Amino acid sequence: MKSQRFANTAMGVLAWVVALLIFFPILWLLLTAFKTEQQAFTVVPNFFFSPTLESFKTALAQGSGYWHYAWNSALTAVASTVIGLALAVPAAYAMAFYPNKRTDFLLVWMVSTKFIPAVGVLIPIYLVYSAVGLLDNALGLTLLFTAMNLPIIVWMVYSYFRDIPKDIVEAADIDGASIMQTLFKVVLPLALPGLASTGLLALILAWNESFWSITMTDHSAATLAVYIASFKSAEGLFWAKMSAASVLAIAPIIVLGWFTQRQMVRGLTFGAVK
Amino acid sequence: MAIVELKNVAKQYGSSGNNAVDNFNLVTRDGEFVVLVGPSGCGKSTTMRMIAGLERNTEGEILIGGKDVSQVPPKERDIAMVFQSYALYPHMSVAENMAFSLKLKKRPAEEIKQKVDEAAQTLGIEHLLDRKPRELSGGQRQRVALGRAIVRNPQVFLMDEPLSNLDAKLRVDMRAEIVKLHKRLNVTTFYVTHDQVEAMTMGERIVVMKDGKIQQIDTPINLYDFPANRFVAGFIGNPSMNFLRAGHADGVVSGEGYRLTLDEAHRAAMASAKRQDVWVGVRPEHLRIGDASGANRVEGMVDVVETLGAVTMVQLSVGEHAVTAQLPGHQKVQIGDTLTLTCDSDKLHLFDSESELAIGREPTSQPSAAAEA
Repeated sequence: MKSQRFANTAMGVLAWVVALLIFFPILWLLLTAFKTEQQAFTVVPNFFFSPTLESFKTALAQGSGYWHYAWNSALTAVASTVIGLALAVPAAYAMAFYPNKRTDFLLVWMVSTKFIPAVGVLIPIYLVYSAVGLLDNALGLTLLFTAMNLPIIVWMVYSYFRDIPKDIVEAADIDGASIMQTLFKVVLPLALPGLASTGLLALILAWNESFWSITMTDHSAATLAVYIASFKSAEGLFWAKMSAASVLAIAPIIVLGWFTQRQMVRGLTFGAVK
Repeated sequence: MAIVELKNVAKQYGSSGNNAVDNFNLVTRDGEFVVLVGPSGCGKSTTMRMIAGLERNTEGEILIGGKDVSQVPPKERDIAMVFQSYALYPHMSVAENMAFSLKLKKRPAEEIKQKVDEAAQTLGIEHLLDRKPRELSGGQRQRVALGRAIVRNPQVFLMDEPLSNLDAKLRVDMRAEIVKLHKRLNVTTFYVTHDQVEAMTMGERIVVMKDGKIQQIDTPINLYDFPANRFVAGFIGNPSMNFLRAGHADGVVSGEGYRLTLDEAHRAAMASAKRQDVWVGVRPEHLRIGDASGANRVEGMVDVVETLGAVTMVQLSVGEHAVTAQLPGHQKVQIGDTLTLTCDSDKLHLFDSESELAIGREPTSQPSAAAEA
């Protein structure tokens, strides 16, 4: 009994240590954002200082373009999520309710495209984009985000559809529903929580994407990732301003994540928890 | 209401292997209650799913009301189906579940409401109309599933083991209720079950299936009295029929521990039979205590005695065979006793030892639909 309690306490402490380790970079980012550049540069870590909003003012100042970048981030993330879901739902529907011999292979193949590092396909995509004029273009970036997230979206939607008993779809079929009616009146309402969490995940992945955003855009379609990177300039690093910019960039998605925690947990367990 | 006709219907999965359903022929009467029964994997559910259109028959024709529907999708077949899992729409209320098909047909709202109320009243679920399926008990869900089927007033009802998720008592009640409902609506109904008691109590005609093939189609009492082969004989009836391997000579079949005299019909049949070794079948309820000098006797040592009150079930070893007998309730029997049983000659069944088909004995009139088709 006693050793059990000790073990529980030890586990608790360990969990806190791990949590703090994971959280520390974000905490440090937050602290740095409220420091002056001089305070940010000290070699000895400084936890106690009088906070200042100077860096935020600079980061949000006219000419910094925060709202321009934020708009691009929001536009490309939302658009790629909507397009991704619109493409994934029919694909997942076919695979979940009318599977054939190759369905399993197809699913694995789709996800296997995620095994390739993005940089591996950079050159061909860059050349194609350059030829068709999609560089530094919000549509171009949206398409990239869609392609990037599509395997995950299909896989997740598929697993949610699989949770719906086939009998229900057959009952709708016998009741006289067309495929579209079955999809919109029966399947989608039942999979709605799953679709919401899938959409959220896709949204977050697109929002946080930096590799393609930085390489494929310059200014007009640039997202918040580019904005953060812009604080690393030829004149040097501006730690405090960069931190303030980063906080501003991740704040919307963290707030969103906070309010949708329950959906997120469901989404990440891939429909295993009902 | 419609006549349903299956002509040489077969279903093959993949490109090779045996047919899941083979050479299925049946013509129903208008408004008939047909039960498909057999062990799991016998093809009864596949047959029903082909009638529904959820599976396509790979051979033959399925006619509903004289129209070949083999290539017609389920929603155009004018059928309603009750699933084993009930398959209610979880996000809709009971009323919405029942109204779904009518709404898809764009019926006027008053008509839908009236039909749903009517069906709900028939099934005694008026007070549940606003609830969601998850708030209902198994029996209530079952009623909603039935309600969803009857509001449509379809040509054919299909029921796929609808009672197997209910507890024993509820199952008996619902059994009677479905029969009553059928009497009232008089819609041609196919009912799939693996439970021979359900089949016997509900079916006007029963199709016994095994390994994708029809074994026999007949009324419950004819299946009991005149099983076409050893499988049907063993499947129908509870407890199931005893089988003894026997040799035949001069109108007597016998083996170690038993000797049974045949009646005229069996004698005549055996005279023209090719083989003289047969399976003798006798139902437990046709055995009774006899004496050692009788013309029909089965002798063995008692292994098991089950006192059920109304009857006493006794299992004895007769030579290499185990024989079950259903004796009167207060029969004094003890394990280890040697018992002599007897039965009437006209209660015996004979089956060819190789083909396992029944020998002799035919029902006077066999309404075999396969023959009509």
